[in-house]
Amino acid sequence: MRVTVIDYKAGNLTSVLKALRHLGAEVEVTDTDLDLVERAERIVLPGVGHFAATKRLDETGLTGAIRSAIGRGVPFLGICVGMQWLYAGSTEAPEQRGLGAFAETCSRFTEGTEKIPHVGWNSLEVRKGSKLLAGVEPGEFVYFTHAYKGPVTANTAAVTEYIEPFAAAVERGNVMGVQFHPEKSGETGLKILRNFLGARP
Amino acid sequence: MITKRIIACLDVHAGRVVKGVKFVDIVDAGDPATQAARHAREGADEIVLLDITATHEGRATLLDTVRRTAKELFVPFCVGGGIRTAQDAEQVFEAGADKVSVNSAALADPALIDAIGRSFGAQAVVVAIDARRDQKASDPVREAEVFVQGGRKPTGRRVVEWAREAEQRGAGEILLTSMDADGTRAGFDCELTAAVSEAVGIPVIASGGAGTVEHFCDVFRRGKADAALAASIFHFGISTSRGLKEELQRAGVSMRLPC
Repeated sequence: MRVTVIDYKAGNLTSVLKALRHLGAEVEVTDTDLDLVERAERIVLPGVGHFAATKRLDETGLTGAIRSAIGRGVPFLGICVGMQWLYAGSTEAPEQRGLGAFAETCSRFTEGTEKIPHVGWNSLEVRKGSKLLAGVEPGEFVYFTHAYKGPVTANTAAVTEYIEPFAAAVERGNVMGVQFHPEKSGETGLKILRNFLGARP
Repeated sequence: MITKRIIACLDVHAGRVVKGVKFVDIVDAGDPATQAARHAREGADEIVLLDITATHEGRATLLDTVRRTAKELFVPFCVGGGIRTAQDAEQVFEAGADKVSVNSAALADPALIDAIGRSFGAQAVVVAIDARRDQKASDPVREAEVFVQGGRKPTGRRVVEWAREAEQRGAGEILLTSMDADGTRAGFDCELTAAVSEAVGIPVIASGGAGTVEHFCDVFRRGKADAALAASIFHFGISTSRGLKEELQRAGVSMRLPC
């Protein structure tokens, strides 16, 4: 199981790499090498921090390389900001466009009495038919830390509620994203990463 | 629904978990990697490792400890103690920590919070605050004084005002220790915790004073804490996070269960 992890200098990759290796994946990391993306069997785009950091993907040409890999059916998993990048964009950095695999725009949680960011363990309501979340029982918990989120649509694979229902996971064919951190979500998270590693082009 | 977090805290000295009352009568409580794995297995929602030596010579030992501890740990992992620069933080992240906690160094140079947050995201920066109620102040709780160097040195800063500054600079969470309650096992300082939690929009982790399940209930309800740190009650198998969480759930506090 070979996985190409994209490093775009947004936060720390150690935990993601460690979890993938723990599951037996052969992991390669790229920040500018488009050939690695060309030859990728699976792609993981992690990411914490600000949506504006995804600008680097455009500057390095990775956006185009990832777009064509997705076009070839290469399984893709975006984590946190990596998931948000799959949308048209985010109100966190309106000038920066996302990949546009999903037409909607990510937005900040509505200010009110609850704290923002949403930090901690929250439960998933998995929708039928998700390959990524196969075997995840209703109410299993995963770890979140984010202030922006994608809306619930037909492509939403799991819904979580905090202030309002939002997309905890998104999935259309081999294009997948999770707003939570599977690498930090105990056995549930490892199960989800294992499902991803099992995906075939 | 978002759950309240129970965070297991390991005090580490020279590569070993230690337990002592106020740094006196320190007892060896095992290997950090083994202890962290056990806590995760027993239901802790997060692990904090605090290096209580935090000397320059101890950095290599600490990084090795972090690396070994992080290796098989798949819950959030925070490391604190002796992080003075963004480079120190970077080394700890590279060794496998998800978050760093900064205390004295952030008070000496608050821009450290901005610097770590810029590179690693706000979610990776926990600002630890040690505070003691100031009975001479007009509001002894909100104006509790912030101390550094393990509670030995007063700073003149007030807890609510410092927590707000930390948030504005990009802290992702506040780890608040009540020096009045710490070590007493008589309960958290709920008034202090609530004052800080209400003043900031980021999560507050309560620390100091845990002795019973009711104390945790109290700090989540009255103290408005988002998470609570527990050190002493978990050691030597006295109690597990899972056991504690099951009792809290029965008392109506939402918890990550089963875990």
